[in-house]
Amino acid sequence: MLGKLTIDALPFYSWVAMGGAMVTVLGALAVMGVITWLGAWGYLWREWLTSVDHKRIGIMYIVLALIMLLRGFVDAIMMRAQQAFALNSGGYLPADHFDQIFSSHGTIMIFFVAMPFMSGLMNLIVPLQIGTRDVSFPYMNSLSLWLTASGAALVMVSLVIGKFSTAGWTAYPPYSGIQYSPGVGVDYWSFAVLISGVGSTMTGINFVSTIFKRRAPGMTLMHMPLFTWTVLTASVLVVFAFPGLTVSAGLLELDRMLGMHFFTNGDGGNMMMFANLFWIWGHPEVYILILPAFGVFSHVVTTFSGKRLFGYTSLVYATAAIGILSFTVWLHHFFTMGSSANVNAFFGIATMIIAVPTGVKVFDWLFTMYRGRIQFRSPMLWTLGFMVTFVIGGMSGVLLALPPVDYLMHNTTFLVAHFHNMIIPGVLFGYLAGYQFWFPKAFGFRLNEQWGKWAFWCWIIGFYLAFMPLYVLGLLGMPRRMEHYDVAEWQPHLIVAAVGACVILLGILCLAVQLVVSIRQRDQARDFSGDPWLGRTLEWATSSPPAPYNFAVLPEVRERDAFQDLKERGIAYEKPKKYEDIYLPKNSPVGIVVGGLGFVFGFAMVWHVWWIAIVCLLLITAALIVLSSADDNEYCITAKEVEKIEKARYRELAKAPRILLPESEEVVPGAPIQGAVP
Amino acid sequence: MTARRTAIPEQDAPLPIDGRDEKAFGFWVYLMSDAIIFALLFATYIVLSGNTAGGPGGKELFDLKRAFAETMVLLVSSATFGLATVAMVSRDSSGVLRWLIVTFLLGAAFVAMELGEFRDMIAQGAGPDRSGFLSAFFTLVGTHGLHVSIGLIGIAVMCVQVVMKGLTNPVASRLYRLGLFWHFLDIVWVAIFSVVYLPGVLDG
Repeated sequence: MLGKLTIDALPFYSWVAMGGAMVTVLGALAVMGVITWLGAWGYLWREWLTSVDHKRIGIMYIVLALIMLLRGFVDAIMMRAQQAFALNSGGYLPADHFDQIFSSHGTIMIFFVAMPFMSGLMNLIVPLQIGTRDVSFPYMNSLSLWLTASGAALVMVSLVIGKFSTAGWTAYPPYSGIQYSPGVGVDYWSFAVLISGVGSTMTGINFVSTIFKRRAPGMTLMHMPLFTWTVLTASVLVVFAFPGLTVSAGLLELDRMLGMHFFTNGDGGNMMMFANLFWIWGHPEVYILILPAFGVFSHVVTTFSGKRLFGYTSLVYATAAIGILSFTVWLHHFFTMGSSANVNAFFGIATMIIAVPTGVKVFDWLFTMYRGRIQFRSPMLWTLGFMVTFVIGGMSGVLLALPPVDYLMHNTTFLVAHFHNMIIPGVLFGYLAGYQFWFPKAFGFRLNEQWGKWAFWCWIIGFYLAFMPLYVLGLLGMPRRMEHYDVAEWQPHLIVAAVGACVILLGILCLAVQLVVSIRQRDQARDFSGDPWLGRTLEWATSSPPAPYNFAVLPEVRERDAFQDLKERGIAYEKPKKYEDIYLPKNSPVGIVVGGLGFVFGFAMVWHVWWIAIVCLLLITAALIVLSSADDNEYCITAKEVEKIEKARYRELAKAPRILLPESEEVVPGAPIQGAVP
Repeated sequence: MTARRTAIPEQDAPLPIDGRDEKAFGFWVYLMSDAIIFALLFATYIVLSGNTAGGPGGKELFDLKRAFAETMVLLVSSATFGLATVAMVSRDSSGVLRWLIVTFLLGAAFVAMELGEFRDMIAQGAGPDRSGFLSAFFTLVGTHGLHVSIGLIGIAVMCVQVVMKGLTNPVASRLYRLGLFWHFLDIVWVAIFSVVYLPGVLDG
């Protein structure tokens, strides 16, 4: 009746695990309690959970990412604490628990922090940047969100019921096979990534279609803002790469559940197939995450240097080149598989070649800043921190791209230092810059600058403290993922790394405080104009937050920096002669319902409760048939209502300061913005 | 945002069965992604096809006549779906229904033949857990069969829609995309026949 699920699944094996389970359960109960106390369930359901508005979906993605960031970071600081103490002792974590922690840390940070953060930013901004009212497939968009959330929920549930995988975030067989990992941990991993992977694939399809089919009139491909270009490239990569994840995790489950022999040690299995399939997804994934961050940096650099982007065309070609090359380097993740020297040389050289377009980008950003009037606001700080730190990580990457060096360094903390040195500045700093930069667009007020700057400094100092010692440790020969060790000279470095993790914790706290302070002081930081940073692209042409329809009249594009062009021609705020009825998709519960069913399905599969899994599949099929058969799923905002909303917008505009002084919170009340007469 | 409120009565407006239409474009992108899934399964099959682990190989297991019959049934079903599309263009909803039902029956026959083949192989002790080769075979061919079965659900749903709603624009657009899906599966099957069955019978 309940498959393998028994009372033993509760984490009585260690007080730390029990504590984690209690925090998870109490946290969830507390959030539900607060919502009930506020009486906000109806509002949440109607306005958010069932919403198909790309802006709200984007915000929900980012909320998910930030919550999961906390969980992933707790994992990180637990590992650092363990390794700081575990010289000639067991530390405070049993080995089995430590292994679960590094597995869930990687899984969460990649799939449930980086991916939703990226999906969130692109949902929020891309339709605005290309001047459209929604994505191509708004219902599929809601489905993607909730499938991602249900994957995240599966990982969280593994804290409370059963154990998570101990096979690392890459789940290499044969260790992840049923013979060596007979528990449910690997199943939790695979179903979490399979279900959220379906969501990501649909997001990719959605944005390829949106960007190709929904650009405002006049916006040619080479007029697209750079963030849109990077999202387009990343989405194409998603469409082509995610099948690799689906196939590798799917075949692993077939091995585990039906006794097949894809990756087993005997009976005709080939375990290196898994490494190949996994990294055919895994390497493009790195660029799926990092390219949109490059897009963010491009916008931040131009805006806070007050110049147009240097070398736009070269940035576009560099982005596309990285996109193509990202499919030609996957083998560098396992040079030690023992392919021939020629094969390893090919992948080593391809890896080094990727550094070229990336270098082009860094120079383009530097030249954009050259002789600009640079404002050191917090998004800009994240960007500068990225440029310096990322180049260091890139150089250690070029080092690892040499197969003979990789034979020495693979599986050491040098590698751990290298990829954190790419992902943290490249991806996370980028998304945090985007979060600071576009927050006023989403909510109508700016985030507090002072706390933002402190957050940045804590993060970057903490990063160097936490990861530079790992380079040294790798050169000293320390393998990654050690629960305890007996080499005394490693310990000082590990203590420094633990201190670094604590400094990063301060950075996270600063971000939390920044959010609270900014919400409480929002009236002093209102963005009346919709253009708080004097931006150049179309997302700044709308009000903050934008009306549900984004643009009352779709903009006509003539130039690359479309909004800057409109401002220069003095027609950025011109009132349209008349408004028209606008049709938008109605909210729908199908996304959250299917997401919930997907979660129950995954849970039932993990515990081999077949009947529940079948019932869920049938219900999902029924829900999708109903959704895809619906003909009339739009509602109308009449021209009159549009006019009313727009009138209010022009009243706000008149209140807007004309210029925001660089480097200060002061505003200069100048002449009202052209055309903005109430 | 396009032809939503046109003044042209629906009967005279062109049917939304253009590949450049937004929904069709999105569907093409999905098909590309799905094609990669098949490509990876093909690659896996090719890598594992020699790994019979002392069990039976393709020469003993594959019956080329049956595989050819399956191929013919599926190819004809693609043609009959084409005829349904032709009927749709001339706004002949009973023709559409007729050809969809024929397609459904052919597709169901294909799935039944494939399940029969699987059953016979498992009965001979050549199930998917026997060897790496058979795991790859059952997964590749089975994934295709699963797609065909999903296509059958789609055809059934579209039959109901044609009866209940008639050939409205949304119905026609859905039928067009279902057709793309069906023809795509046909192409994948041709690849399966050429990569799995033919070489399997030749050198076992």
